[in-house]
Amino acid sequence: MLFVAVTIVTYVIFYVTPSDPARLAAGQGATAADVQRVAERLHLDEPVWQQYGRFVWQLVGEQSLGTSFVNRQDVNDIVLRAAPVTAALVFGGALFWLALSIPVGIISALRPRSLIDRAGMVFVLIGLSAHPVWIGLIFAYFIGYKLQLTPITGYADFFNPSQEHGGPVQWAHHMLLPWLTFAILFAALYVRLIRANVMETMNEDYVRTARAKGAPESQVIRSHVLRNSLLPVVTILGMDIGLALGGAIFTESVYSLPGLGRQVLQSYENFDLPVIQGIVVFATCCIIFFNLIVDLLYAVIDPRIRLN
Amino acid sequence: MPLLEVKDLRTSFRTDDGIVKAVDGVTFSVERGKTLGIVGESGCGKSVTCLTIMGLNNRRNSTSSGEALFNGENLLEMSPRRLRDLRGNDVAMIFQDPMTSLNPVHSIGKQLVEAVMLHRDVTKKDARLRALELLKAVGIPRADRRIGDYPHQFSGGMRQRVMIAMALINEPDLLIADEPTTALDVTTQAQILKLMTTLQDEFDTAIIMITHDLGVVAEIADDVVVMYAGKVAEEGTVDEIFTRPHHPYTWGLLGSLPRIDADVERLVQIQGQPPSLLNPPRGCRFHPRCPYVMDVCKTEQPLLMPVSHQPHHLQACHLDEVTKDHEAAKLLDGTLAQVG
Repeated sequence: MLFVAVTIVTYVIFYVTPSDPARLAAGQGATAADVQRVAERLHLDEPVWQQYGRFVWQLVGEQSLGTSFVNRQDVNDIVLRAAPVTAALVFGGALFWLALSIPVGIISALRPRSLIDRAGMVFVLIGLSAHPVWIGLIFAYFIGYKLQLTPITGYADFFNPSQEHGGPVQWAHHMLLPWLTFAILFAALYVRLIRANVMETMNEDYVRTARAKGAPESQVIRSHVLRNSLLPVVTILGMDIGLALGGAIFTESVYSLPGLGRQVLQSYENFDLPVIQGIVVFATCCIIFFNLIVDLLYAVIDPRIRLN
Repeated sequence: MPLLEVKDLRTSFRTDDGIVKAVDGVTFSVERGKTLGIVGESGCGKSVTCLTIMGLNNRRNSTSSGEALFNGENLLEMSPRRLRDLRGNDVAMIFQDPMTSLNPVHSIGKQLVEAVMLHRDVTKKDARLRALELLKAVGIPRADRRIGDYPHQFSGGMRQRVMIAMALINEPDLLIADEPTTALDVTTQAQILKLMTTLQDEFDTAIIMITHDLGVVAEIADDVVVMYAGKVAEEGTVDEIFTRPHHPYTWGLLGSLPRIDADVERLVQIQGQPPSLLNPPRGCRFHPRCPYVMDVCKTEQPLLMPVSHQPHHLQACHLDEVTKDHEAAKLLDGTLAQVG
């Protein structure tokens, strides 16, 4: 359902945008007849519903997302080439933001108005207000250029070491700044979320019961507060990861990472509908898939939802 | 020596509006194996009194003074470590709302085992056997199967039974029950009360029963403390309070009991609202609502004094004893037939 709605909307938006992809695809200096021929070849002369029908037919029948208007490459290949880069960025970033936000969130909830809490709030404010592009440029300038600690831009393949860079070490080295940049916004959101959840859980009756049993504070927090307050974080994490896999446009652009976000930006400039559509399809699948994962995971960690 | 002796207990909370003196000089004692009922309206400080004794108030915004001597040791000045040793072991507490008092993500077995392991040096297996024993004692049917169930799989009454099992699992000397039956329906209330008194005999536990239900007090208490606006209005044995009450507030409580034999349009109530503890009335705190108010009540706070010939029956009221006896007799002519 969601899938059909999302793809139709993409087609309609593309259709109502004043553009002429055939002319772009035909190249500069093409005659009107050339453009006409290109339009026929790309089926751009058909009504939009027919184009959409063709797209669905290909997808269901041949598991194919079609070919690019611009360079005639298979869209499946384009998506499969870009997706691992984005996935590396998103999952690595998620590790960073969780590693940062869980301890900070918990400590600031347990010690409200302490130094850590105040510092955490300042961080949250910066993280929420600063744009990822700005953060990316600042990081690239200071850490990459001034301190020369990391590469400024580019991507190194994890699996296929080419002549100068490649392999896991180079890969991680190149990804470090993108991870940090990407993680900051989410870390800020999650610090706030976790802090609020922990504080709320601390006031629950069952926490008082645990204290009345004579449990030491560390055990009260570990066994009674944390599990309950981190449950909602699992939901939101799953949704955020699903969403982010569709492309972290800003971070990828700043660091020139050949991921889905940069690809979608390029394709949009060229009105390359099949590629955009392919990425939209992929992103939608990610969101649906991660929502499913969250639901299944929830059944494992929350006994109230466990199926009999 | 009484099991618990509370002397001049005071607790106040800092709020945005000012300092709230929730408990303002409360004194009472509990004898070993006996039941003390603490009654009063909502917000009179009865729950806070008990949370203070247990050391469960939020330390960030509350301060307490006075003494709460448990077997001679002051609970208020104890090291946190020693207090933890006592909590759940020698003094246990059950709370008002069984629906929220158990942790939803742990099985009840796990929560019971935790209570045992915190205070006893036993294996998990033995702790589980003990948990099972207690679940059976509180009347959970098919306890061996239900021990792995989660709180949401139990009804309110069953959860309160689990709470009682958890409180009694280490055979405490004192059980503090904060309105344990308020959230339950009437038939379940009676079962829970009966269960508590049965287990009290079995384990020889003293009980502090906080309630606003005089019927509950009449049924299970040996002694009664009547609280009003953070202070003790009257205290004595259950007989003294029910047959010769000496405080107009107690009369009000007794008079407002619904009666089966009387055919009235409205239930009788005490006029007015309990005062704000942020800025309590001068003099006697009950004076704005008291039908017997005199000039002295508005300026001078009455002290808690023994009633003549009844050294353990204390009351805080300026009225003279002749009037009191007269009024009490008038009131009780009608009421006691039902409660006593």
